Amino acid sequence: MFFLQMLINGIVVGSIYGLVALGFVLIYRASGALNLANGEFVLFGPYVCLVIMTALNVPFLVAFIGTLLFSAFLGLVVERLVIRQLQNAPTISVIMATLGLSSLLAGAVHIIWGHTTRTFPPVFPQTPLNIGGIIITPVYLWSFIIVMILLVIFSIFFKYSKIGLAMRAVADDRQAALSMGMSVKFVLAMTWMIASMVAAIGGILLGNINGVSPTMSAIGLTVLPVVILGGLDSVMGAIIGGFLIGIIQNLAGGYLDPLVGGGLKDVVPFIVVLLILMLKPHGLFGSRGIERV
Amino acid sequence: MLRVSNLEAVYQKMILALRGISLNVKEGQIVALLGSNGAGKSTTLKAISGLLAAEDGHITDGTIEFQGEIINNISPDQLVKKGIFLCMEGRRIFKDLTVEENLYAGAYTRKDRSSIKSDIEKIYEYFPKLKMLEHRKAGYLSGGEQQMLAIGRGLMAKPKLLLLDEPSLGIAPLLVKEIFENIKKINEEEGLTILVVEQNANIALSIAHYGYIIENGRVVMKGEASALLEDKNISEHYLGTGKDIKEGRSNRRRQRIVW
Repeated sequence: MFFLQMLINGIVVGSIYGLVALGFVLIYRASGALNLANGEFVLFGPYVCLVIMTALNVPFLVAFIGTLLFSAFLGLVVERLVIRQLQNAPTISVIMATLGLSSLLAGAVHIIWGHTTRTFPPVFPQTPLNIGGIIITPVYLWSFIIVMILLVIFSIFFKYSKIGLAMRAVADDRQAALSMGMSVKFVLAMTWMIASMVAAIGGILLGNINGVSPTMSAIGLTVLPVVILGGLDSVMGAIIGGFLIGIIQNLAGGYLDPLVGGGLKDVVPFIVVLLILMLKPHGLFGSRGIERV
Repeated sequence: MLRVSNLEAVYQKMILALRGISLNVKEGQIVALLGSNGAGKSTTLKAISGLLAAEDGHITDGTIEFQGEIINNISPDQLVKKGIFLCMEGRRIFKDLTVEENLYAGAYTRKDRSSIKSDIEKIYEYFPKLKMLEHRKAGYLSGGEQQMLAIGRGLMAKPKLLLLDEPSLGIAPLLVKEIFENIKKINEEEGLTILVVEQNANIALSIAHYGYIIENGRVVMKGEASALLEDKNISEHYLGTGKDIKEGRSNRRRQRIVW
């Protein structure tokens, strides 16, 4: 029973990891750079959502949509002001710029909202569901459902929409995409907007589960083993990697932490990643690209 | 239709790749642009299609005129909308996309969404092999199939002028023949104007109406394709059919006139 409980917690948290990792992978695929400010994108979401909810006194859904608009705008601004300037710069410069950006955004959150933990007013029903002895709080259930719906929407978007096709084409071969008449600038802007939005959604869901505090940006670091495990350039890998890391983390937290007095929860994912990278250097689903001439 | 006059282009602000190229493509023709490695063939095509900037190059002098309009400084996506499409060297198909998705990608700038499906069927008629591979990832296609896909993808954009950069590169001779026959067929049936860059001068001239030979960023010879095929100089230097190349080369080179 305890095992199942931990497993379900892991699946729910893992689905959120998968969502946040998706934004990470999208940016990597489109520009070849790691977005080290991803954790801070996660951080902005719940704070903005909270502010809209409490200051304007509107229902959660309205605040949620407002937050999405804000996040899209934030992603757009970052792309315009920072990333576009570095268009022809080496990848390492872009990565360093995102590192600077993460400090900047984290600082902004501290200045504006301080560092006390805040809690969301109850959004989802409070009474836990008891399914065959396993207790599931509605927040967990709803988070999982929302993430699943979003993943389905995204996979349809990438598979069938014109912009989705262009995003995949740019990720594949930027020059060739340019020669198709695709606007690489537009695609990059879209990528950053979407990445910022999924990060914010992940943050809001996590904020509903654990409360909102600046330490949430640590998810930026947790998502790193997720994407490396799944393969940096694989959307599918990000999602499955998210589940795996979420489950491993919770099982380690449940079974191993009491033995050593805590702390293993955050370490075990990295140990797993190390082991897997020894066997599969490109991650579980990452490709070294189809090579044939 | 396309008139390039005294075009000069540099890479990284210092490497002079084109030194005053002039050429002329008439509507409905296939024009071949021939020359050895580093002659400036690909650079010419990139300049026409606006892709020089992406490789840190730019036009320093001269004009490119398409349907009476100067297009020197127009962005690549605008040029695709105006009807100039470049099939890049090395095929450059999207490896992780399926064959069908690659064709859709070619139609990216088109507004008439409804007729795209029927145009894809038309491409499959020209290249029946692609139909069989429709849902396969393009990266797993053979070189020849990829080249067919690259040309098909170009046709999907419904260009007025199709630029082909070395369609024979790295492809088995028999397939090269098939591909060039298809290019000729497309030109005849669709009335599509084509500017093709090739190292394989023989096959390019066999389907072309007119040909230019460039060397060191300049046009050194031009004429009707049939005339070029018969020209003794050319057969020695570019077609590889000359008998005593070593002896003849040095003086003949000097005699060549520079346009």
